[in-house]
Amino acid sequence: MRTGSLFSGLGLGAVVVLGLAAWIVLPWPVALVLALAFAGWMLGTRSGRQAASVTRVGVSTLPQRVGASSVVVVGIAGVVAVLVALLAMAEGYRQTVASTGDERTAIVLRGGSGAEVLSVLSRETVVTIAQAPQVARNADNVPLASAELVVAASLTRRGPQAEDGSVQLRGVDPIAWEVRPRMRIIEGRALQSGRRELVVGRGARQQFAGLEPGGEIRLGPDRWRVVGVFESGDVMESEIWGDAGIVATTYRRGSSRNSLTARLTGPEAFDAFESAIRDDPRLEVEVETTADYFARQSETMTTVLRVIGIVVGSIMAIGAVFGALNTMFATVASRAREIATLRAIGFRGLPVVVAVMLETMLLAAIGGVLGGLLSWLIFNGYTASTLAGGVGQLTFQFQVTPALLWNGLKWALAIGFVGGLFPAVRAARLPVTTALRAA
Amino acid sequence: MKYLHLVWAALFRRKARTFLTLASIMAAFLLFGLLDGIRTAFVQIGQTAQGAQRLQTSSRLSFMDTLPLALRSRIALVDGVADVTWANWFLATYQNDRNQIFAFAVAGNYLDLYPEYGVSDEARADFARTRTGILVGQDTARRFDWEVGDRVPLLSSIYPNSDGSMDWEFDVVGILSEAEGADYPLANVVILMRYDYFEEATPYVNGDVGWYISRVADLRQSDRIARDIDALSANSRHETRTMSEQAAMASQVRQLADVGLIVGSIMGAVFFTLLLLTGNTMAQAVRERTSEIGVLKTLGFTSTSVLLMVLAESVLLVVIGGVAGLGLAMVAGPAVGRASGGMITLPPVGLDSWLLGLALMVGIGIVIGLLPAWRGMRLPIVDALAGR
Repeated sequence: MRTGSLFSGLGLGAVVVLGLAAWIVLPWPVALVLALAFAGWMLGTRSGRQAASVTRVGVSTLPQRVGASSVVVVGIAGVVAVLVALLAMAEGYRQTVASTGDERTAIVLRGGSGAEVLSVLSRETVVTIAQAPQVARNADNVPLASAELVVAASLTRRGPQAEDGSVQLRGVDPIAWEVRPRMRIIEGRALQSGRRELVVGRGARQQFAGLEPGGEIRLGPDRWRVVGVFESGDVMESEIWGDAGIVATTYRRGSSRNSLTARLTGPEAFDAFESAIRDDPRLEVEVETTADYFARQSETMTTVLRVIGIVVGSIMAIGAVFGALNTMFATVASRAREIATLRAIGFRGLPVVVAVMLETMLLAAIGGVLGGLLSWLIFNGYTASTLAGGVGQLTFQFQVTPALLWNGLKWALAIGFVGGLFPAVRAARLPVTTALRAA
Repeated sequence: MKYLHLVWAALFRRKARTFLTLASIMAAFLLFGLLDGIRTAFVQIGQTAQGAQRLQTSSRLSFMDTLPLALRSRIALVDGVADVTWANWFLATYQNDRNQIFAFAVAGNYLDLYPEYGVSDEARADFARTRTGILVGQDTARRFDWEVGDRVPLLSSIYPNSDGSMDWEFDVVGILSEAEGADYPLANVVILMRYDYFEEATPYVNGDVGWYISRVADLRQSDRIARDIDALSANSRHETRTMSEQAAMASQVRQLADVGLIVGSIMGAVFFTLLLLTGNTMAQAVRERTSEIGVLKTLGFTSTSVLLMVLAESVLLVVIGGVAGLGLAMVAGPAVGRASGGMITLPPVGLDSWLLGLALMVGIGIVIGLLPAWRGMRLPIVDALAGR
């Protein structure tokens, strides 16, 4: 008898684990269909209607058990809040970095260099590539190709300790603004070539001291004037921009540049552009669309953040499952006589199981919504920063998307499902006579 | 302590409930172990006794910028500097882009300033003899299956070789490890190559070095020495910034992320949840035993001993679960590292985490036990026996 129940318990456990794995990857339309089918069963069949009425009784007595029930709700809310917050961090990072590039612009780096800062392009290379026929031209027939310098500049970070931090300083020529139409000056004015002037990204301004329009900062022995603030909604916002020639002098780069970003005549021109460059024996460079380049840059970090989120979330979820089990076992025990009475007057096992599970899942859903709401209120738009590409501080915002909230709710329901299943089965299996005698 | 068996019996009165509670405590402390390892790793970086003794001088312009080699002899002359060495970045990849390797080109006396590196005398002698020699951290060597005597091709991410390509070839002359008792995990992964060979081979570095490391004879004079070193190149094209290695590391790490805040808030959420779940269970357990407590008191147990017994029970519960959870974290940490293919390396659960964890266990145990224990203590015998 005992081993039999042990095996059926294990079997149940295995089925549950498989079911949960499927549930977590389930898209919402399928979930909707499942929910509708379930509602149909409840309304349409005899045992379904029985289940509905037992559930109604259970739910109506919930307020009497508010202490124990709130344990389930708060526990699950905690899990969902943490999970959603961590995934929102990964999502915010990915969106910021990946939205930087598009299919119409290409970035050229020296062969073998993984990132802009590690690449070097000579003046001849830059000129040769800019002349490629696939590069779009502006009204003045100037190729929309921007050769840029990228250096890690040391600046003082904002905050209680006046510490040094690293910001990405990009040396650009006026054409850079045409290559990136998304850049907008939101305060002050654009920089003038040939002067020690800087325009700073919104994110950079938040992170570093002295980057107010009109302010002055020191880079090396020279003083630079901050003349404007720009916005672009992507990684560029974490940078500061100066005149390419002067940045090259300050950082002793001569006429070399780090990268070349070119606006192509169209997304379809990329293949031709790439093969033209590859076939030119003078050039030892690699070319990618900026979309690919930035997607690759964000890949590792996003994966790491996601894995951390899921590992932490899973461990917390396991903790919460045990908490929910405890509470629901206690609930079932305290309602043993009530449940036994129901079964004695002819209710079958299944409606009882369904009712207990629905009750737990209702609590779980409340917890899930609460947790999602909590992390949305606290973390949506929360600004964090990290050192990216080894060069500069990258500012990004947590993005609590509807997809993440739905994910959180699914986790909550899964916890509720497991937390309710075993107590429910126990309630249905308890011999009626024993249960009726229970205190 | 003579009532331990009573406490023990009370604890396992309802086995299912106790095990479920233990499991959620375990989950919480497993998480605590994993996260606190990360937190302490962030706090402790560079905090070796040696780290404070060494000053790091790098370019004020940018951490990627270089300094002239000529500065070396001038730093050596600064009063209080016992020894100077220098190094340069040499980031590299092996076979494909994903196998990033952390490599430096270092001066001949670099290892003298870093007793944290465990390296045999033989390997040091070979390193001094072989121009293309490299010393490889034991983890890196194991990862790529390299042995002493192997010739390995590396692709530099920054510097071309004399022939203009980014391909370099090196001879593995020795294996590096963390010296015994030194908390310096970098030693297990880094690759050290010779600066003189590197400088000669690459056309990019004309006598420039990435950063200088100086050892100070007297720790108390560090601040003054750092200022003196920076004064050497004030207002030149090569202004420097000198700080203790410890401070330099810490400021680098703080840029990585607001890790403290994020880890802290996660732990807060975990413990709040844990407190609630376990507290509820304890309250339930004491409520159920009301009449038992009445019997104990009738037998002559004082109110205080009832209080202490209930407290002992809840502390014991949390400690058992917590120790199991932290123990699991010690096993799970390396497992996560292996499963992610080295992408996520979790630091081992250290003594600090254990001490903090134990303190938390006792603290949480007392907090959640206090209310039910208080209730049990104040209970009049008559009410208790009546089960009210």
